[in-house]
Amino acid sequence: MKAVITVIGKDSIGIIATVSAECAKYGVNIVDITQSVLKDYFAMIMLVEIENMNTTFASFQKELEKMGKEKSLDVRVMHEDIFNSMHRI
Amino acid sequence: MLNVNDILETINMIKQENLDIRTVTMGISLFDCISDDPKRLEQKVYDKITKSAKDLVRTAEDLEHTYGIPIINKRVSVTPVSLIGGALDAEGFVRLALVLEKAANELGINFIGGFGALVQKGMTLGAKNLIDAIPEALSKTTKVCSSVNVATTKAGINMDAVKKMGEVIKETAYLTRDNDSIGCAKLVVFSNIPEDNPFMAGAMHGMGEPDTVINVGVSGPGVVASAIKREGVCDFSHLADTIKKTAFKITRVGQLIAYEASKRLGVPYGIIDLSLAPTPAVGDSVAHILENMGLERCGTHGTTAALAMLNDAVKKGGVMASSHVGGLSGAFIPVSEDAGMIEAAECGSLTIEKLEAMTAVCSVGLDMIAVPGDTSAATISGVIADEIAIGVINNKTTAVRLIPVYGKGVGEDVEFGGLLGHAPIMKLNSYSCEEFISRGGRIPAPIHSLRN
Repeated sequence: MKAVITVIGKDSIGIIATVSAECAKYGVNIVDITQSVLKDYFAMIMLVEIENMNTTFASFQKELEKMGKEKSLDVRVMHEDIFNSMHRI
Repeated sequence: MLNVNDILETINMIKQENLDIRTVTMGISLFDCISDDPKRLEQKVYDKITKSAKDLVRTAEDLEHTYGIPIINKRVSVTPVSLIGGALDAEGFVRLALVLEKAANELGINFIGGFGALVQKGMTLGAKNLIDAIPEALSKTTKVCSSVNVATTKAGINMDAVKKMGEVIKETAYLTRDNDSIGCAKLVVFSNIPEDNPFMAGAMHGMGEPDTVINVGVSGPGVVASAIKREGVCDFSHLADTIKKTAFKITRVGQLIAYEASKRLGVPYGIIDLSLAPTPAVGDSVAHILENMGLERCGTHGTTAALAMLNDAVKKGGVMASSHVGGLSGAFIPVSEDAGMIEAAECGSLTIEKLEAMTAVCSVGLDMIAVPGDTSAATISGVIADEIAIGVINNKTTAVRLIPVYGKGVGEDVEFGGLLGHAPIMKLNSYSCEEFISRGGRIPAPIHSLRN
């Protein structure tokens, strides 16, 4: 089972490091990362494997969203199927 | 890897364009609750509903988190209550409505539908008693919704029932006069009622349905409106294509939620209702879609054509995205629940006559329309008869949800709150139709060859 983490907000140092550290803490394996910076606007999309995570999906989601709020970033964790069903036939 | 733009598009739809799942509705059959003892019937109804739907709210909330999409309402629809309480008197039906309310509160759901009757050809004693009980039942409950089917294309129009419903609406308005007659917002009169509609106030669990079923209603007028705006100036073929593609994406999300909810609850998946359901929130309006197509204001000439195209394109896109489509499936035009419709009605562009024309080409009918409190029961029956005739002749579902707001007149405004929104009181034709309505009897079923 995979999830998509999206981080959108103002660019600052260490965003990827912070998110990756959170993933490692909960046993979430990063499969792929894309990121781009447009002017000061930062957008990162991370595909992660959540099969062996050591917490529940809901609490992982909560932790990441909390971390995002602290850094004024909009962080979302969503099951990959919502994107697959919308954009793939 | 998923395409970055696709991911951002989905997130933008949810965050900026108000994409949501409007409702996950569990249909529950109550046929196995029938008893000749009213007390036992009440207990069995309560037990069946609370047992069958005990995990509905929690499961829907889990799905919201997992997929990151809001599910606005969790609802239950039941077998039309007149069918399982055939031996009850009106008081007994009011008590049964209170039982439904209690079960809804216990489950934490938003609405429970099915306090209704099917009387297209005639009324059983049970149906008559239920209809008599509607005003009191709706005034004593907040979550119970009622629907009465007064006509079908095959049976014609039961004009006795149409007359009666005019009186029932008036009485419901009176009994809920302290809250701007809000009871009428939970009461719909139908022709060709669908058996699997997940939307309120008309949801019921039909006779051909399984014991329990999951039906899902999607939403997303804001997404369609934005897509049309982005396309800018283009011809109608391109416009229809844009709507189709957007409707496809919206419906696929509904399909995913329906499939997952069904799997997690162990309840079969019934249908997806493709309707574009608006809310009073800015950017979630069907009227704004029509205006984005190039109309200065919804209700002006061209509105019916624009709505017809929208409705058709939504169906074409949606049908491809889902394995089972049902319910009302089209565009909703509830006046008080749509910011653009409210504006159009307030500035005089949208009148009840235009709304009636619009209902001939889209789903449902005259929906959430506030009219003067002193409107006679016969006039309300006249409005119902007109709308129902459109459904019967055109072989489609139509419905009427009018609110004759007690003590208010044209030019005043009424606030229902929440998803029900607010509305200006609309003007009706002031000439009488009393003699026509009081004839009674049935309007025969229409002929369906010789189509003109």
